[in-house]
Amino acid sequence: MENTVKRWFPVFALPTLVAFLIAFLIPFCMGLYLSFCNFRTVTDAQFVGLANYIRAFGDNNEFVSSLIFTIKFVIVSVITINVIAFTLALLLTRGVTGTNLFRTVFFMPNLIGGIVLGYIWQLIINGFLYRFGYSITSNATFGYWGLVILTNWQMIGYMMIIYIAGIQNIPTDIMEAAKVDGASPARVLFNITIPSVMPSITICLFLTITNAFKLFDQNLALTAGAPSKQTQMVALDIYNTFYGRIGSEGVGQAKAVVFFVIVAVIALLQLYLTRRKEVES
Amino acid sequence: MKKTNVLNAVFFIVLIAFAIMFVSPVFIVLMNSFKTKFSISQTPFILPSADTFAGIENYTSGIANTGFIPSFGWSLFITLLSVAAIVIFTSMTAWYIVRAKGTFTSIIYYLFVFSMIVPFQMVMFTMSKIANILRLDNPLGIIIIYLGFGAGLSVFMFSGFIKSVPLGIEEAATIDGCNPFQTYWKVVFPILKPTAITVAILNTMWIWNDYLLPYLVIGSDYKTIPIAIQYLKGGYGSIDMGAMMAMLVLAIIPVVVFYLTSQKYIIKGVAAGAVKG
Repeated sequence: MENTVKRWFPVFALPTLVAFLIAFLIPFCMGLYLSFCNFRTVTDAQFVGLANYIRAFGDNNEFVSSLIFTIKFVIVSVITINVIAFTLALLLTRGVTGTNLFRTVFFMPNLIGGIVLGYIWQLIINGFLYRFGYSITSNATFGYWGLVILTNWQMIGYMMIIYIAGIQNIPTDIMEAAKVDGASPARVLFNITIPSVMPSITICLFLTITNAFKLFDQNLALTAGAPSKQTQMVALDIYNTFYGRIGSEGVGQAKAVVFFVIVAVIALLQLYLTRRKEVES
Repeated sequence: MKKTNVLNAVFFIVLIAFAIMFVSPVFIVLMNSFKTKFSISQTPFILPSADTFAGIENYTSGIANTGFIPSFGWSLFITLLSVAAIVIFTSMTAWYIVRAKGTFTSIIYYLFVFSMIVPFQMVMFTMSKIANILRLDNPLGIIIIYLGFGAGLSVFMFSGFIKSVPLGIEEAATIDGCNPFQTYWKVVFPILKPTAITVAILNTMWIWNDYLLPYLVIGSDYKTIPIAIQYLKGGYGSIDMGAMMAMLVLAIIPVVVFYLTSQKYIIKGVAAGAVKG
């Protein structure tokens, strides 16, 4: 049986593999190599060693400041999204009237694309700030909180769905036993509900952290980095390095490699830490 | 019992407040799409009055300026064909990986998983140059790019499910004279249908809204909806707010229709996708 299947490799696996090579694997390996090169297109590369990496951190501090801005954004939005999503999931698993309608409404923004979301919130935040004589691009703080609010609005519903599924999987007899024993709602929450939904917490943290780090469309549409690149996140900084100035493609690629390493390390570390908690519980 | 009722009433009010916060941005955009362009940015929270009512002028000018109708067509074409290609090919690949287990299939499996955490910026430049060299920079070629990019998550989700499919039925089909291709499509794929729906929904949500990949690969010749909207923002940041509002509404309508018609599958798909993750 196994050998017969193996002979069908060209039909079953080849199309996906070819597409994967073209779209991901070859570009990824070339990207790694080109980060050590000077190039305009991909065919005229000259090896320059670590020069691009030195320029990425040294040329101006745009990369470092965009990294700091991104990290501040990730920390605040990951916490707010998960706390609000989990709270809503708790409220929607109590049998309150209209549960299905609420779930529908909360999830809806998630289907709207990042560019569209960016312009929706630009209108609302600008309309609000206009009364005080400001706009979203007059101060980096406005752009920062604008991005946090937008990302919350977009991702809360998705995470809420995952938390609801997690809470509904908790065996009812445990909950009833706790009630019979007279456990307070707080004890039930911290000693039963949260430990039982650790797998959901793992996946929600993973999704929010990686998506918040990679945010691009929303950033481009909401502020495009204004004022003077102060609200520019890493993904947008890399894009602008590649396509904004001729002759800095190598620097852009070096920044992209650093970005990839940071995202991979943080994501794997988070998976390792929260998975360990799952085993314990 | 009484205490729970009071508590639930309080929660109900909290949920109503949240629901208003979630819905109102879309309504504000809808309302402003019928106002004259100069009255939008200064008073976005006020209903159109006799002075500021613009009828459908924003829609007609927006559709003309952005080429919204061809954009809608390209978005639909690319999303439908890419999702079909992803479901057909990655499910077959996942089955192959699970059933023809060996060192080679393990390596490709982990490469697929690895590709899920790599940010797009890492490959965007080299990928768009390669797409250009291989003449994949058209609405048909981009489907191959989407198949390659979507493969990671989709293979991962399919193979997670296939591992739980018992071998017995497949062996029975083989004894009845089916070759692996027939066995797969007649016996295995029907069992995979719930996962296939999940994979299709997650990829639809991604590809329909994707901006940067199509912009870099085909954006100079073919505009999908997100590209058309970003295009409205002129070179120096000047935006025709009226046309923008109308285009945002037109971009949201298909999404809402998709959501309301297949909501059951979307919610299930998101929850199922997370368990596998």
